[in-house]
Amino acid sequence: MARAFTPKIVTANDLLDGDVIYLTEDDRWSRDLSEAELITDEAHAQVRLLDAARQASKIVGAYLADAIAGENGPEPTHFREDFRRTGPSNYAHGKQETSPQPRA
Amino acid sequence: MYRYSEFDHEFLAERNAQFRAQVERRIDGSLTEDEFKPLRLMNGLYLQLHAYMLRVAIPYGTLNSAQMRQLALLAEKWDKGYGHFTTRQNIQYNWPKLSDVPDMLDALAEVGMHAIQTSGNTIRNVTADHFAGAAADEVADPRPYAELLRQWSTDHPEFQFMPRKFKIAITGAENDRAVIKAHDIGLQLVERDGVLGARVIVGGGLGRTPMIGKELSEFVAFDDLLAYLEATVSVWNQIGRRDNKYKARIKITVHENGIDTIRAKVNERFLQVRPQFKGADMNLLEEIKGHFAPPTFREGSVASFESTYTNDPVFRSWVDTNIAPHKNADHAIVTISIKKHGATPGDATAEQMRVMADLAEEFAYDELRISHEQNVILPHVHKSDLPAIHAKLKEHELATANIGLISDIIACPGMDYCALATARSIPVAQEIATRFEDMKLEHDIGHLKIKISGCINACGHHHVGHIGILGLDRAGVENYQITLGGDATETATIGDRTGPGFAYDEIVPAVERIVDTYLDQREGAEETFLQTYRRVGMAPFKAALYPEARANAA
Repeated sequence: MARAFTPKIVTANDLLDGDVIYLTEDDRWSRDLSEAELITDEAHAQVRLLDAARQASKIVGAYLADAIAGENGPEPTHFREDFRRTGPSNYAHGKQETSPQPRA
Repeated sequence: MYRYSEFDHEFLAERNAQFRAQVERRIDGSLTEDEFKPLRLMNGLYLQLHAYMLRVAIPYGTLNSAQMRQLALLAEKWDKGYGHFTTRQNIQYNWPKLSDVPDMLDALAEVGMHAIQTSGNTIRNVTADHFAGAAADEVADPRPYAELLRQWSTDHPEFQFMPRKFKIAITGAENDRAVIKAHDIGLQLVERDGVLGARVIVGGGLGRTPMIGKELSEFVAFDDLLAYLEATVSVWNQIGRRDNKYKARIKITVHENGIDTIRAKVNERFLQVRPQFKGADMNLLEEIKGHFAPPTFREGSVASFESTYTNDPVFRSWVDTNIAPHKNADHAIVTISIKKHGATPGDATAEQMRVMADLAEEFAYDELRISHEQNVILPHVHKSDLPAIHAKLKEHELATANIGLISDIIACPGMDYCALATARSIPVAQEIATRFEDMKLEHDIGHLKIKISGCINACGHHHVGHIGILGLDRAGVENYQITLGGDATETATIGDRTGPGFAYDEIVPAVERIVDTYLDQREGAEETFLQTYRRVGMAPFKAALYPEARANAA
């Protein structure tokens, strides 16, 4: 039996600085997970992943990551994605030093 | 110190120009990531969890002050003001921007440094004993030979697409400080009947399938060594497994074929390869040796050292812990701890790098070393200069007296940076160091090596730690397995697993219980952790770690 589909977000790294980014519903890349499009349909998820993969000159390594709906948008279900959206724990670097800016 | 020739400079300039053009083509969309990735990896550029990472080779761990200052410049100008020294004697920058990397590589080339073959299925940075050329116990300085290996392996046409990466370590001493038995090839310089050569160990490695290397040859004379190594790598390149990444390293080839079969194949290949080596390599080695001529050690009274040692307890503690004997009795080897309690193991700020460069220039014949244990070494220091060095280090948080102690922890970047990691390692190292510092126990505990990896690939050498910690992902939660009794020296041993792992908030208390058990079991302060473990075995440690299991069994 196929595993039941769990909600996903499309995430990748920015081509120029490598920062973690998320695909939004209105086709932007955001540095903030809460702005990501939470995808609940499997076929739609595949379409969105293809949309992302076509933007090779902007992003690197798009994939679908598990997420759940939270009060302020999607939340990670796994600690790896939690670290990706936060930054390293030994210094307040990366996302912790600049407030996430939406990208065109 | 090796000085680049015109050829070296031109080679590097051309290579950097190629990469600059490749980066431009990636950014303008002419190259896809699939096309670009192998090209960036050939130049040491990874994409990690939050950013790119540039891994710069520090060949056999040797630097001069100008190079160290340039590393500081890179940290300041293109990164976040620090660099991370790794277990492979490299430095990693965690935050470079893709478009800046060509400039970083050009800046490195100015001081004869590069990031070539710090990734990919090639022969990686050749590592060496960090006390090379200074240690009292070595047969010969291994670095000229390491430099020869670097030149031989860089862009070697046969060895650019091997089954997997290939790591060589070399030492000139019987006391192994280079972990040669956990490398694809480990070389120990030995002298026989007045001829210098090497004992060749093959098939060691950590990672998913840890193996202690086996002796391929007890002695190969220098004249034949390069041909012999070429034959060895060539045999593996032919028969090493390409069907399964996890079985591709030479340790598996040796394990599956047996050392005798491998030896026979190497000997056969050696006879084919040998005629191609017509002595040019030995001429080059002679020339390289000139670059590594030992400095003229200055003479002078060590009285000021002795009086400071007697009168200043902080200085005394630092000397007792961080200083090793030098081959010249009036000199010493200084290990600068990059493991201040609570700090990230191996991270140095640009300012600290400049301070160390200044000290090297003023007091240490312009030489620095990076150890696989993520510390920095001033290999040649006249003892009378030690008080001044210590005073300067204190001003910059570099005077921690903990070399070889419980807080001198090797830790990989783990899930704070690494895309492969399954758990964090840095915060575990930070907490262990802080915990034992708070209890003021570490000098009483004595010689104890903790090594932490954030995944099974074992960059943190956990298998050969006296206490090894391996961070895993168990059903979506960080979980830490412990091994005991590992040893990274000439008596190399893979540690034994204690049993089930511990959650993130349980791992530091678990280490405390292990240390308490050791303190309880040891036959006096002279018996080290490893000696006690070898004498009493796993049982008392297991009982301390898993009291509920004992209760259930009762």
